[in-house]
Amino acid sequence: MIHTSPASRRTRPRRGRAFAALALVVAALGGSLVPQVMAVDSPTQAIEANQPKMVKIYGAGGVRGLESYQSGFLVSEQGHILTAWSYVLDTDYITAVLSDGRKFEAKLLNADPRLELAVLKIEAEDLAFFDLAASVPADSGSRVWAYSNLFGVAAGDEPASVQHGIIAVKTRLDARRGTFETPYHGPVYVLDAMTNNPGAAGGALTNQNGELLGMLGKELRNAQNNIWLNYAIPIDELRGSVQQILEGKFRPTEEQAQVKPQDAFDLAQLGLVLVPDVLELTPPYVEEVRDASAAETAGIRPDDLVVFVGDHLVHSCKGLREELAHIERDGKLRIVLLRGQELVEVEVNGQAQGEATQP
Amino acid sequence: MSKQPLRNRRWAALRGTIMKRLWCVLSLALLPLSAAWAQVDPDVLAAEAARVAVVERASRATLAIFANGGQGGGSGVVISPDGYALTNFHVTHEAGVAMKCGMADGRLYDAVIVGLDPTGDVALVKVLGRDDFPAAEMADSDLVQVGDWCFAIGNPFLLATDFHPTVSYGVISGVHRYQYPAGTILEYSDCLQADAAINPGNSGGPMFDAQGRLIGINGRGSFEKRGRVNVGVGYAISINQIKNFLGHLKSGRLVDHATLGARMRSDEDRRVIVDDILEESDAFRRGLRYGDELLSFAGRTVGTVNAFKNVLGIYPKGWRVPLSFQRKGERVDVLVRLRGVHREGELAELVEAGQKIDPENPPKPKPGQPPTPEPDRKPSPRHHAKPPPMPEIVKQYFVEKPGYVNYYFNALNRDRVWKALVARGDFAAWQGAWTIAGDTPMGEAFKLEFSDQQASIKLPGGELKITLEGELSGRLEPPGSGGLLVALAMWRRFLVLGPEKFGEVSYWGTEPLEGHDKLLDVLVAAHGDIECRFLFDPADGQLAAMEMISEEDSDPCELVFSEFKEVEGRILPGRIEARHGDDFSMTFQCKEFNFAPAAEKQE
Repeated sequence: MIHTSPASRRTRPRRGRAFAALALVVAALGGSLVPQVMAVDSPTQAIEANQPKMVKIYGAGGVRGLESYQSGFLVSEQGHILTAWSYVLDTDYITAVLSDGRKFEAKLLNADPRLELAVLKIEAEDLAFFDLAASVPADSGSRVWAYSNLFGVAAGDEPASVQHGIIAVKTRLDARRGTFETPYHGPVYVLDAMTNNPGAAGGALTNQNGELLGMLGKELRNAQNNIWLNYAIPIDELRGSVQQILEGKFRPTEEQAQVKPQDAFDLAQLGLVLVPDVLELTPPYVEEVRDASAAETAGIRPDDLVVFVGDHLVHSCKGLREELAHIERDGKLRIVLLRGQELVEVEVNGQAQGEATQP
Repeated sequence: MSKQPLRNRRWAALRGTIMKRLWCVLSLALLPLSAAWAQVDPDVLAAEAARVAVVERASRATLAIFANGGQGGGSGVVISPDGYALTNFHVTHEAGVAMKCGMADGRLYDAVIVGLDPTGDVALVKVLGRDDFPAAEMADSDLVQVGDWCFAIGNPFLLATDFHPTVSYGVISGVHRYQYPAGTILEYSDCLQADAAINPGNSGGPMFDAQGRLIGINGRGSFEKRGRVNVGVGYAISINQIKNFLGHLKSGRLVDHATLGARMRSDEDRRVIVDDILEESDAFRRGLRYGDELLSFAGRTVGTVNAFKNVLGIYPKGWRVPLSFQRKGERVDVLVRLRGVHREGELAELVEAGQKIDPENPPKPKPGQPPTPEPDRKPSPRHHAKPPPMPEIVKQYFVEKPGYVNYYFNALNRDRVWKALVARGDFAAWQGAWTIAGDTPMGEAFKLEFSDQQASIKLPGGELKITLEGELSGRLEPPGSGGLLVALAMWRRFLVLGPEKFGEVSYWGTEPLEGHDKLLDVLVAAHGDIECRFLFDPADGQLAAMEMISEEDSDPCELVFSEFKEVEGRILPGRIEARHGDDFSMTFQCKEFNFAPAAEKQE
């Protein structure tokens, strides 16, 4: 019965409608909870229909507190998988396991860190999928189902875990800035169920009819009061970015342009020193910024993580060098950095010569 | 004192004002409520009322278990009116023999431990003092589907000091889940996963379906960095698994789980392949070899190693289950007997040691695996607490005996099975030689003769005779039969002498037998260097089959009795089928029975 309280709280300030609100609460009590106990058939059928669309994703991690798995779901017949952008994908060996147990090597097609989404691709066809174009919005108080491989409970052909809940409120996450630290500051469905567990990120949120509503976000803890938030990002927020990735407008990181310009950007010229490149995919963290360099002028700081160069996602030191080598040094270059949990955008001037302190 | 009345008057006035205001607020609030209530669809109200009734009924069978003088505890559920109740092993482990159980009627009952399944984390207890306890109806948990509504009832955080249980509802999130062992004992296989809140203290409590039927016993949750509270992932041991173990649990023993004696792996094509096999296992004797592909196990298709472990985890040691495998495209269907997971006595040592299940020092989970069984106790530890004296009523239901959790229930069931058999005719008077004559299905005449001293079989081809003194395991005549004559002699000996005089006879539990729908009661009887297992049909109390085992890890000589008929006021089989391994089988159609009284003794 507590499920309806956020909805009723929203209506309470309008005093004239107090009676109507009360009536709504009563109707919701009866209407949303009771018949479900009796009508057990439809939810199980919708769940069965959606299970083949769910994907178990395995990648980097495995050390304490960092699980090496997460969830995802198919968004095309040809094996495009929408998932959460996370360290799990920081590897050349991402494995996707379909609900029938088939195991595929998945390619990271591209990611949009601002929305914390990534799109993977597996070589398979005729797959069941969630059509993003057919996704629907939902209001506070709606009953929802969350599908994910939380805690890695399911393996092989075992189906994803399914939880039920209610959308407590649809709100903007940036209202909580400073407490819930995340690069995503858009609208979210806040859920009354404990959906955002380890491994649940990238899972699907549907309504009672099995229609897609959103993607489960990463675990998010309020640093001040230790409260964990359970939420999903509405598909409306993700659709455009995913569409661009699917249409190839977000250029896949591995497809580099063939022609390198004569006079391209490079790290030394910018005054940037990265961390030692010791891994297959060393995250491009800034180790040092040279005094009076273009990088310093632009405001880049040590410990920043380079996320985007122009419109292109980079996720390794190698990738960043390669990316810079393809951009002609004749103007300004936009770079997106992750500083702590904040995304910071800077512009470096290609014309600036800051090599006074070149070692 | 003189100020008191004045204060009272002031208070009365104030109270009057408060009540008036409250009444105004209340009536304002109630007016629209009643109006809105009237508009609710009657079907909705009926459904709600039905749900309330289901929860109320289910609550009545639920137990709040208090162990160790209230320092620890958990939950439980009564499954029969005479008070048999289920809970978790890790709940009763704290309590030992006696515990207190609170029920929704507000009363506190004494309970005694009956049997333990440490691997499955299940304990059977008996609540004492009534024979009309409200009991939960057990469902078929294999019919449970993901998305089904369910509710957990129990005593989370040991809140219910008035014994009225807490109800949390949710949906089934997963079925046939496999959870790796925490430490070496507790293993949750083929369990139900639900998002109904399962918190410390819910352990051992019931998970019900929407109709209020028992589908599982809650016992574990995935807890991690958020502390030891529900995170929407709880696990319940399926009630179907417990049904398989229930007979064994009633034997008052420490019950072991099963292994096939073979290890499996998945290959590239997602087939389950035998990776290793013990030559002593029944699976090996039935023909399973390294590299064979497993097709189905106990009637379930096995697509992954987890699925194989799931099936294995729901059976007790000693059960026979069907197994299908494939070699070079050829399918083989066999019936295999499952081995015990633990060596003789090993389980008792592990339970005794206790550290493997010490919740304060939980074993480290493998990476990526949800950890922990849950301890359900208040912070104060058990170590210094002196156990309270055993209540008088518990003493009546407890007999200590090495090798048993509670021997009282073993003797109870052994006697129950024996009494049901002799109720249809007592064989005690037929202490002389038995002669059975008839013919085989091939039309050959046979004559079996056995007494205390010797046993013989006469067929058209000749006669075989053995004496029954000294070691019997060396006299397994006829050759290849696994000891048919010894088995027949033991059958007679058991019927004539009964469990008290035969040798060491104990109640083992229940097992399936081909051709029988229900599980059969099993008595295990040792005589000299051989062991016999007698299987009784609970429907009519009849002895349906027996096995004679002369050596560990070898095939028994089996006798299956059927076509029963009355002979001189006793019920005897008109047909005896004898089997040994895959190669020996012989059928006797019994036509004439001859029993001598205890003649030898008079001589």
